[in-house]
Amino acid sequence: MTTVALRHRLAERGVDRVLLLLVPGAVFVALLFLYPFLYGLQLSFQPKDGGGPLANYRRFFTDAYLRDTIWITLRLGLPAALFNVLASIPIAYRMRGRFRGKRLITTLLVVPITLGTVLTAEGLIEYLSPVGWFNKVVMALGLVDEPVRLVHNYWGVLLSLVITGFPFAFLLTLSYLSGIDPTLERAAATLGASRGQRFRYITMPLLAPGLAVTFCLSFVLAFSVFPSAVMVGEPQGETHVISIAAYDTAFRDFDYSMGSAVAMIMALVMLVVIALVLLWRTTLYRGATGGKG
Amino acid sequence: MSGRFAELRVDRVRRAFGSHVALNDMDLTIKGGEFVALLGPSGCGKSTALNCLAGLLPLTGGRISLDGRRIDHLPPEKRGFGMVFQNYALFPHMSVRRNVGFGLTMRKVGKAELNRRVDEALRMVRLTEHAHKFPAQLSGGQQQRVAIARAIVLEPPLVLMDEPLSNLDAALRLEMRTEIRRLHQSLGLTTVYVTHDQEEALALADRLVVLRDGEVQQVGSPEEVYAHPANRYVAGFMGYRTMLPVTVTSWAGEHATAAVDGLTLTGVNRDRLTGGPAVAAIRPEDFAVTEQDGENTIRAEVEIVEYHGREQAVQARLPGGEPLHLRTTSRLAPGDAVRLRVPVERVLIFGADS
Repeated sequence: MTTVALRHRLAERGVDRVLLLLVPGAVFVALLFLYPFLYGLQLSFQPKDGGGPLANYRRFFTDAYLRDTIWITLRLGLPAALFNVLASIPIAYRMRGRFRGKRLITTLLVVPITLGTVLTAEGLIEYLSPVGWFNKVVMALGLVDEPVRLVHNYWGVLLSLVITGFPFAFLLTLSYLSGIDPTLERAAATLGASRGQRFRYITMPLLAPGLAVTFCLSFVLAFSVFPSAVMVGEPQGETHVISIAAYDTAFRDFDYSMGSAVAMIMALVMLVVIALVLLWRTTLYRGATGGKG
Repeated sequence: MSGRFAELRVDRVRRAFGSHVALNDMDLTIKGGEFVALLGPSGCGKSTALNCLAGLLPLTGGRISLDGRRIDHLPPEKRGFGMVFQNYALFPHMSVRRNVGFGLTMRKVGKAELNRRVDEALRMVRLTEHAHKFPAQLSGGQQQRVAIARAIVLEPPLVLMDEPLSNLDAALRLEMRTEIRRLHQSLGLTTVYVTHDQEEALALADRLVVLRDGEVQQVGSPEEVYAHPANRYVAGFMGYRTMLPVTVTSWAGEHATAAVDGLTLTGVNRDRLTGGPAVAAIRPEDFAVTEQDGENTIRAEVEIVEYHGREQAVQARLPGGEPLHLRTTSRLAPGDAVRLRVPVERVLIFGADS
């Protein structure tokens, strides 16, 4: 067979010189993700104090202080991701199409992304602390007798995750919604479907796969919470999240091997949650949604 | 709300988008069982009119009533009109069967009856074997038929069709056109059909409504609109391709004589003109190539010849450069000098600004 014919056959299977465009990306992934991951993985099997390759993992699951970080982090990450996704649906639904002031509203909704966690945390403390405006107002109104504790505990971190995570979930949901042909809902209307039925039978089933992806990404963001757990949480107690555990073992106790093991467990938990969500997603309709998106 | 009705009245219906008036004071009465085509180029307001009827666009003014009952304040889901969309708007996540049954499900029709009616509708559009498929697995023509079945399964009093054939290829378009007319007749539907294709409108409709810039230009049977267009705009749209700018020199009774490039043409004086600039509108097939000079005979030079099988479509020019369009079975070649005769009754003379 000639080389020309071979080249044609390869090109038909999508193998041609355009593939070279993938090289920078592949190198990037290999150097900055794959290598550190594999390095950390093998490091986690070489415990500092010996005891076999699984000693770190055994220690993690026998030490309640470490083991509980999984639950503590899930308790923050799952509700935050769920809330962000659910809250973004009605707002994105309303924001579809073109109308006056759409840009301004989108900008306002997305600005928290640019603020960063530290600024958000400062704002939360200023606003919600026992002597902050919020407590001053509710106490002046006589709604409560003593200040409501909303920072330096679970609620502070959850609020911070919602504030920083919502714009992200909103933008994703909005783009998924914009990809659904609005004529479909109009067609459903002419067939007698009320507003609620149109949403339930047309929009929601077409949006659900996108929501699954949005949830996964929101969850990953929330699950790796670190700065806000320290600043507006209670880092050695109620919000002793798994990334704090990893940081402390690696950089306070200088046990890199144990730190790597914690990081691996963290990655595994995230993967399990994502796998479950994506498994559910395979049961949904995932084809074209008729839109231009 | 389903079944027949006697009369749907559209009364001074108006729709504006900001300062742009898309539909201006439209009046129309549709009788039960009629096939009405709204015809015009894009932006003429025909789709706006259809969406107003469906309830998908609120009116800026006017009223719509069905047998005397006002319906323009009702949302689309309460009007119960069937609608076929240009892009079909099939629900991609539902099988053909569920698409067709959707309206019945919304109406909480019992399972046995739902199945019976869906089967019936699928049989009608000849899609029984494809019931379990999803829209993405169907061809354009099949998708179109699903969309039609989905609209008619509810036995709506009025079926609205928004350029349903414009996404199909030419052969399929002809086939579906016949299909739509067949369904309209056999089910006794009342249909409002939007199109920009005058041939489609003439072939399908009992009555045409020609629109331009949101204004109704003419309402009439296909014969009326075809043979007696109300103005030069409708004439142009109905295939009067040659539009010669002329000057009316004499007029008597029904007829007027006009001059162009030193030639004279006598035709039907449609706007009761008494002198002044005018337009002579002539259909391509009304020109006859002739050997001698005579009444209503003009000389022209052949410029472009298109082969159309038995006939040729020819573009010729008058000595002054005005273009003529004709169809002829004579074999002409570019550069030929021809004499063309056109019957007096087939020349329509309109005012230049009508």
